[in-house]
Amino acid sequence: MPVYKLMVNGKERKVDVADDTPLLWVLRDHLGLPGTKFGCGMGQCGACTIHLNGSAVKSCLLPVSAVGTSKVTTIEGLSAKGDHPLQLAWDEEDVPQCGYCQAGQIMTAAAFLARNPNPTEQQVMDAMHGNICRCGAYHRIRQGVLAAARKKKK
Amino acid sequence: MASVKDSRRSFIRNVALAGGGLMIGFRWDTVKAKMPSVIHAADTAAATFNSYLTVGTDGIVTIWSPNPELGQNIMTSFAQIVAEELDADWKKVRVLQAPLDTKRFDRQLTGGSGAIPHSWMRLRKAGASARHLLVAAAAKRWGVPASECTTELNTVHHKPSKRSLEYGALAEEAAGMTLPEEVKLKDKKDFKLIGRPLRNVANKDIVTGKGIYGIDFVREGMVYAMIQRPTAFGTRIKSVNDAKARSMPGIIDVVRFKNYVAVVGRSTWEVLKARKELVVEYESEGPALESTADHERLQKEMLDSDKLTVRRKNGDVAAAFAAAAKIVKAEYQSPFVVHSPMEPMNFFADVRTDGVELVGPTQTPGSARSQVSKLLGVPEDKITVQLTRLGGGFGRRLRNDYALEAAELSSIIKKPVKLIWTREDDMTGGIYRPSVRYRFEAALDAKGNMIGYKLRGAGVNADNSTREDNFPSGAVDNLLIESADHKSPITTGAWRAPTTNFLAYAEQAFLDEVALAAGKDPVQFRLELLDRARKKPVGAIKYNIDRMEGVIKTAAERSGWGKKKGVFQGFSVYFSHASYVAQVCEVAMKDGKPAVKKVYAVSDCGPIINESGARQQVMGAIVDGMGHAMYSRLSFREGRPQQTNYHQYRLIRMKEIPEVDVYFMSTDYDPTGLGEPALPPTGGAVANAFFRATGKRLYKQPFINDLGG
Repeated sequence: MPVYKLMVNGKERKVDVADDTPLLWVLRDHLGLPGTKFGCGMGQCGACTIHLNGSAVKSCLLPVSAVGTSKVTTIEGLSAKGDHPLQLAWDEEDVPQCGYCQAGQIMTAAAFLARNPNPTEQQVMDAMHGNICRCGAYHRIRQGVLAAARKKKK
Repeated sequence: MASVKDSRRSFIRNVALAGGGLMIGFRWDTVKAKMPSVIHAADTAAATFNSYLTVGTDGIVTIWSPNPELGQNIMTSFAQIVAEELDADWKKVRVLQAPLDTKRFDRQLTGGSGAIPHSWMRLRKAGASARHLLVAAAAKRWGVPASECTTELNTVHHKPSKRSLEYGALAEEAAGMTLPEEVKLKDKKDFKLIGRPLRNVANKDIVTGKGIYGIDFVREGMVYAMIQRPTAFGTRIKSVNDAKARSMPGIIDVVRFKNYVAVVGRSTWEVLKARKELVVEYESEGPALESTADHERLQKEMLDSDKLTVRRKNGDVAAAFAAAAKIVKAEYQSPFVVHSPMEPMNFFADVRTDGVELVGPTQTPGSARSQVSKLLGVPEDKITVQLTRLGGGFGRRLRNDYALEAAELSSIIKKPVKLIWTREDDMTGGIYRPSVRYRFEAALDAKGNMIGYKLRGAGVNADNSTREDNFPSGAVDNLLIESADHKSPITTGAWRAPTTNFLAYAEQAFLDEVALAAGKDPVQFRLELLDRARKKPVGAIKYNIDRMEGVIKTAAERSGWGKKKGVFQGFSVYFSHASYVAQVCEVAMKDGKPAVKKVYAVSDCGPIINESGARQQVMGAIVDGMGHAMYSRLSFREGRPQQTNYHQYRLIRMKEIPEVDVYFMSTDYDPTGLGEPALPPTGGAVANAFFRATGKRLYKQPFINDLGG
């Protein structure tokens, strides 16, 4: 099996896995980063969302061989101290119920806000459509994204 | 993660080593919530008490949360109740998830919206006892009467002499004081923490991606496993060819047991890939394999038969229907649905000669242990269960089939193993909400009074698909409620608000039809029935008429019932899990099509513990109730589920949610649960609002099939 050099959360990590191994399982099983979640394995629920060079990508569909030199950011690396505006807003708006989907929700929202720092409510809903929250915490997820956008502006 | 190996005594000793402090032991297992007692670090009598609240010399208040946390916010609300009576500084409260310990805790499970009603008084007394001792210690030190002391934010004050001491400084001394027979609990009007929207104590771990769920658990030297289960219900393994799977990289073993073929390997992906290479042939276990069309036929046959089980009978329905001026009759249908918690099923098991270690997400850890004990012939005291946070449950994790699979597999391969289900395994592997079809009939007299009511429920593995003592039972002179059930190989189980999650929609939609046929406003019609039940009750009444009337009137008022232009309103009210919830759904036309715009929800569940968590439970339940009524359905062809993942099985998404207006009645009853009761009324409110908008009744879930889109 080939050895892959990956840039994950600002650090170079080496893994020796089959080339078709989805990045999701590389992160979870081989790099000790359990924050990225397994939900459906087919890009339908968004629980596994990470950033690849700043873009939101579903890691369950991304083979490790396709990562190359791209920078991978997971929920663990979104901020140094857990103080990204979205992470703060998620606490302030008391967003999580079971919390399992929230890493994926936050990563989707973070990539979206980086491109659209001043979104409308409709734009937030469009951007978040690929992320399922089975607990139905959608109202507060939406509030959380909008609150984080307001924080960023300050 | 906290180690489960600490016995009670080492836990006590640990506290003593940490510098002493006050430890309160209290019992969970008595209905009357006996008074707590002080536990001394070295006191062996601690064994007679089974749960602990500690106040450290550093002022940190620690409370163990015994119940599995799956998003109902129990870790926060339990601690909030203790902290209230203790007058603790919330910033200094630490909540720890307790492992399964039936000696220390009682009712260590999540289900039935029962945790708060069960623990309310126990937790309050524990907090109040600790406060009493801290005050006594301060009073003694200052030489003043305890009655002159007050408490606030982890501090005892003696205002006349302007002295104060923090709890941490008093903890050791307090541990030497004696508790009276009873301590005074706060007057509810003095609550400072209970009712407040304190944030979920796990938020920080969740938003930074800490590995707090079962699926995140890893143990040095463990192997990964997945199981190939029968692809159709009612089949068993005929032959297995695992040659290719065994030869795949990273595969350690392929094991056949029961109706399973387990692939064991060193990583999830390698196991997943190898499992696809298994060639397993299945054969029918005997009876014909069932399809959805078979269920529809069977349910009709059951409804038409004379072999139903009578659940409740009042008066003479035959006479009432014979004398009726008008008869209303309708049938309502629900499909199987999947629980589908976002964290797929998984469990860690390490079966060793000296005992069994289990770690993972379960709503019923005690049952996991007793079932594994029975399965493996290992005494329960040799089995530990460590609770992890659950990525949702919705009833699926009341059943421990996946924990048993992990334990059995570990016992066979003699290795610590982490068993993981894929989403497809979850969707096709069973334990669904059962499919039910109801037939309702109502007899009206010439004045539009409901003089007769009949309900027949026909389920597939639904057991009793009725709730025979719920409204409108008690308000109708002649009533007959019956059920029949078809035993199927398709496995079913409790799904958030079992039975009522669908029954409430059917009943509340039917009552809307009856009100219309009677020429009455749906709200007024329900109020008349309740008034009737109050003045001349028929048989036993197991709901509180005043509380139901309260939520109905308030929901009508808040929503401007019947007074709005441009929206179509649907009403629904339901009593379940000891709480009362009324809802008004508003549908408006959007691009020429009707769409749900808003749902008003008025709940009476007694005082609210955590205002933020409570609102979230109601909003989530409405999204859940509407989502499943609108979009979700699992169908079968010859025993095989036809939907395997979210590309075929639709769940509600953000763009589809309605606005929600949440209101709680301020009533003086003891608090009741809120994890389930706000879900049942939603389907009915939505169906009734669509009827107003389109003139078309929605008799079958999911509604999307009839609405188009």
